[in-house]
Amino acid sequence: MKLQQIISIVDGQVLVDAGVDQEIPCAAASDLMSDVLAFAEPYSILLTGLCNPQVVRTAEMADIAAIIFVRGKVPEAETIALAKEKGITQVVTKAPMFEVCGRLYQAGLKSCDVSCRITAPKGPPNPPEKPNHSPTL
Amino acid sequence: MTRITRLQELVYEVKVGEVMTRQVIHVTPQTPMSLIRKLLREHRISGIPVVQDGKLEGLISIEDLINALAESAMEATVGEKMTRNPVTLRADEPVVMAINHFATHGYGRFPVVDEDGRMVGIVTRGDIIEGLLKKLEVEYHEEEIRRYRVSHIFEDIISDRTSIILRYDIMARDFKRGGEASSNIKLVLTRLGAPLEVVRRAAIAAYEAEMNIIIHTTEGGEIKAEIQRGRLILRAVDRGPGIPDIARAMQPGFSTATEWIRELGFGAGMGLSNIQRCANEMKLESPEQKWTFLEATFYLDGRNHESPPASESESEKTDAV
Repeated sequence: MKLQQIISIVDGQVLVDAGVDQEIPCAAASDLMSDVLAFAEPYSILLTGLCNPQVVRTAEMADIAAIIFVRGKVPEAETIALAKEKGITQVVTKAPMFEVCGRLYQAGLKSCDVSCRITAPKGPPNPPEKPNHSPTL
Repeated sequence: MTRITRLQELVYEVKVGEVMTRQVIHVTPQTPMSLIRKLLREHRISGIPVVQDGKLEGLISIEDLINALAESAMEATVGEKMTRNPVTLRADEPVVMAINHFATHGYGRFPVVDEDGRMVGIVTRGDIIEGLLKKLEVEYHEEEIRRYRVSHIFEDIISDRTSIILRYDIMARDFKRGGEASSNIKLVLTRLGAPLEVVRRAAIAAYEAEMNIIIHTTEGGEIKAEIQRGRLILRAVDRGPGIPDIARAMQPGFSTATEWIRELGFGAGMGLSNIQRCANEMKLESPEQKWTFLEATFYLDGRNHESPPASESESEKTDAV
């Protein structure tokens, strides 16, 4: 589903426009930032009732494309400024969290899959590679 | 508003003069029509500009040739059969003008003229596509060179062990700046060309560690990111009060956070387990329960954890096949 579609489904007002044309694979809804960091997938959207700049930082670290603030809460100026700087779209909707989730789920947007959450491989690294000239570390 | 692609910008930036063909086969109005058939076939083109003393007089195309054939007028001159006042483009017009011309007029080519109506080139759809692709390739190449330079630090600087160490001071309770250090670590790793999947895991871990120092310490601490060839080591060190029971602190959901921290969206007891999940290796110590030392290691070789290395038996099977 396109971000533009999501915004119109939730009757959202765009506060920061960093592009609304991209495809959104899934959504995460939480006020616990560590939960979001644990299971939000890249390019997803975050639905939250929190308005502080840490929400934007969380989105930045987890490569989240857009934040939707529920229940008409307009974030602080700092939060908006940081989102502009980091290129993260921000939207505010009057609808409460439960309703926003319901509308989007009904429209076919899926939840970020908790079962495939980010996990690093454990154990020793690969043997040191022979010098190669590809532009990686 | 939708995001404009680089290609959409380019059609406005690039001028017709940059993509057109300059060496143009042309004829004069006096050229006989019989010669046109030969020229079109030899050069595999579908139209030829007609030029007199450098000035564009008209255009002679396959269609004009067919009409002349139908009228058995192959002895006529080009001047009699050509299309006069052809639609032209100016060399200083943006490529988007040419694209619009192709869409509205349906011709296969447009002669390009200067202010005095002198022909300076010709432009086809192929010229436009080729010109834009070349431009994109140049830009892509420049970006590659930039990446190449930074990522070869580890080959250009000769030592037994080279590493870059980034150090960030973290203040206790400094919620406003929380995440700045992690944001910078993420940026540096991206610039160094580390695989994006690893950059994301490292950024999340750094951010959790940074927030832990802000939330739980009384004196603040430091985050160090050491980038070595093939690996990143994050170290978070604080000056107290330390963790009395590390095993308990590692349990998801266990938290000692106060109410105000929870209201800010943190303190759910997930931080340390998030770091452990994101890192390839993790160490957590709280010597004498007075301060805390966290070390998280990330392999930068882009090893994809979704496809673990094939086991012995599997590779044997592959060999047999």
